Amino acid sequence: MKIRISVSLACAAVAYAASALAAPPSGKTIAQQGNGKGAPGCISCHGDKGQGNAGAGYPYLAGQPKAYLVHQLKAFADQTRKSPVMQPFASALSAEEMDAVAEYFAALPLPKTGGKAGTADAVGKRLATQGKWSVGMPACFQCHGDRGQGVAPNFPAISGQSEDYLKKQLEHWRKGERSNDPIGLMQSVVGHLEESEIAAVSRYLATLSPAKAP
Amino acid sequence: MDIRFLFLFTLVVFATGNAARAEPAQPAGEAAQAVTTPIPVKAFQPPSEDTIPDDEFGKMVRLGKNIFTHTDKYAAKYVGNDQKCVNCHLDAGRLAHSAPLWAAWVRYPAYRKKNKMVNTMQERIQGCFRYSMNGTPPPADGETIKALMSYAYWLAEGAPTGVKLPGQGYPKLDKPKLEPDYERGAKIFAQNCALCHGADGEGVRQGDEQVFPPLWGEHAFNWGAGMHRINTAAAFIRANMPLGKGGSLSVQQAWDVAYFINSHERPQDPRFEGDLKATKEAFHNHQCRYGDKVGKTVLGQSSQ
Repeated sequence: MKIRISVSLACAAVAYAASALAAPPSGKTIAQQGNGKGAPGCISCHGDKGQGNAGAGYPYLAGQPKAYLVHQLKAFADQTRKSPVMQPFASALSAEEMDAVAEYFAALPLPKTGGKAGTADAVGKRLATQGKWSVGMPACFQCHGDRGQGVAPNFPAISGQSEDYLKKQLEHWRKGERSNDPIGLMQSVVGHLEESEIAAVSRYLATLSPAKAP
Repeated sequence: MDIRFLFLFTLVVFATGNAARAEPAQPAGEAAQAVTTPIPVKAFQPPSEDTIPDDEFGKMVRLGKNIFTHTDKYAAKYVGNDQKCVNCHLDAGRLAHSAPLWAAWVRYPAYRKKNKMVNTMQERIQGCFRYSMNGTPPPADGETIKALMSYAYWLAEGAPTGVKLPGQGYPKLDKPKLEPDYERGAKIFAQNCALCHGADGEGVRQGDEQVFPPLWGEHAFNWGAGMHRINTAAAFIRANMPLGKGGSLSVQQAWDVAYFINSHERPQDPRFEGDLKATKEAFHNHQCRYGDKVGKTVLGQSSQ
């Protein structure tokens, strides 16, 4: 009896020690189920394949550069990218977990279809493909890839994100609610844009597909 | 009484403070220099892209523009590295202070100290392929040069000829207060340039496309390109870099980072005939580091 108790105690102790020492949950587990410490599964909002939810304004994560995703999670936690939704979730992730979950989404293919498509106009297309050099603003595609598909490691895919999401980000750069851009590049860009241009370029980008045409 | 005195005192302090702030003589230090270089007000405006005519001439202009912006794709056999025309001539050769094509068009033929002869526009463009793109000059009467000439001519429509237009070339930079410095340059590079050009200046490729050009190493411009000159690079950087934030580096920072970038090995000067010292004496009497010893390397020595 005594022996049995001490054996089972020992077993429990070993099990406890093992769980404490266990590797953090895999990127896939965090993405699908959360980390069990306050960060829910990402896919509940960002889609089962990380494809986003255009209607709700949640961006796709699939195929985004890993370094960019890690940088965003850190920025949500330290509030250089302000989001009341993401802040507590990002803060609940350890550095290793951020790394793992970013790696998981980075390895998924970019979504094939565009986000919620608006009606594109010439202004949006011009800004995305040529920029507005009269005020020193380069084209979006100069850094984000020639179709807006992103350029690893630092420049995210922007094509096919929803119009709402894109517009909100540009407005956040402008208002300083997002200030995690390397060397202030996006804040500088947005400083050159009229409100109507922000709307136009968001509309245009939302109609594109980030994945390469087959 | 006390209160009134205090009030008066406060007024005086405020007035003095304001007067001090109103002093126009802002010290010409770094802060004063760190403003965006304005595009010259009277800069020539090239015609808008959508006015390229829909005819045979327009076809050639479009081809020229494509070669200019995607040189690696449309003129691949003449390009020997990872550079495109548009890397040094921003906004498809339209941008003032970024060596715009329209300003070059009206200045050629011209005598150049570089080769001590009068150069036609064709020869000038061939030089870009030989040095900046470390490749083979396309034939002067071939389609590549013809298309680039057509594009430049079209961009300069309505510009006065033989005139040095405001915004031509890169704006000449004041001398730095301090001698340009490698270590300071390295820091500026890491903070402002590495994001796009890579920590080791290697640039970024995506698939078969160059997205950000390498700044040194075997895929960069060679030791004969204008950009290897520290003054030229500093002027370009100050006016145009980081992309979208031109004018944000101070004059000193632009010199320092240009010095750092051009203190690295790159492809050999095509005029090299086996003797580094002789090549340096013949072609490098300007601000550059060709033939200088940096660490254990003599620049220009290891490149083939």
